[in-house]
Amino acid sequence: MYIVSILFILAGTFFFFSGTIGFLRFPDFYTRMHATGKCDTLGALFSLTGMALYNGFSLISLKILLIAVLVFLTSPTGTHAILRGAFDSGVKPWTKDGKSVIDTQVRRK
Amino acid sequence: MGKIELEGFFLINSLILGLFVLLCLYRVVFGPTLFNRLIGANVIGTKTLIILALMGFIYRRIEMFIDISLVYALLNFIVTLAAAKYLQRKGVL
Repeated sequence: MYIVSILFILAGTFFFFSGTIGFLRFPDFYTRMHATGKCDTLGALFSLTGMALYNGFSLISLKILLIAVLVFLTSPTGTHAILRGAFDSGVKPWTKDGKSVIDTQVRRK
Repeated sequence: MGKIELEGFFLINSLILGLFVLLCLYRVVFGPTLFNRLIGANVIGTKTLIILALMGFIYRRIEMFIDISLVYALLNFIVTLAAAKYLQRKGVL
């Protein structure tokens, strides 16, 4: 059982690593956003399930899984909120030749 | 596989995550626009959550640290929402 939990936690660390690299290297706000939003949630899920497995069957591991569900729900919502805020305040998506592919018509409420 | 070796594994793992937090800190400090800094806060928040949970396993006082990380997850979410809502209305580039 310990092997499984170690593998889970290592997978979680790997996804955190890929999210960090994506966060540092991507050229634009939106690309960084999509990297970190996905990888962090998945890394957190893997690590938390690994810890729950390590802890065996008890109330605490149930609480750890509760945190995993919480992160699973809140992280994408937070990412969406940031994106909505950025898009509305006119952050232009990056394109290779600089021309803006989509015209970001800002929807003023 | 005794339980003792795994403490070292958790320690190394949380140190690696701490290194990732430092890497993200670079982008938060030098990030061109305000929104990159906002993602940095969000990213560091989830990483600290996992480090907290790992610390619980290192010190073998799990129930305390799990509660702390639960509260931290909630706070991180609320901060992200509030900042995004504020920036959306204010239109800061």
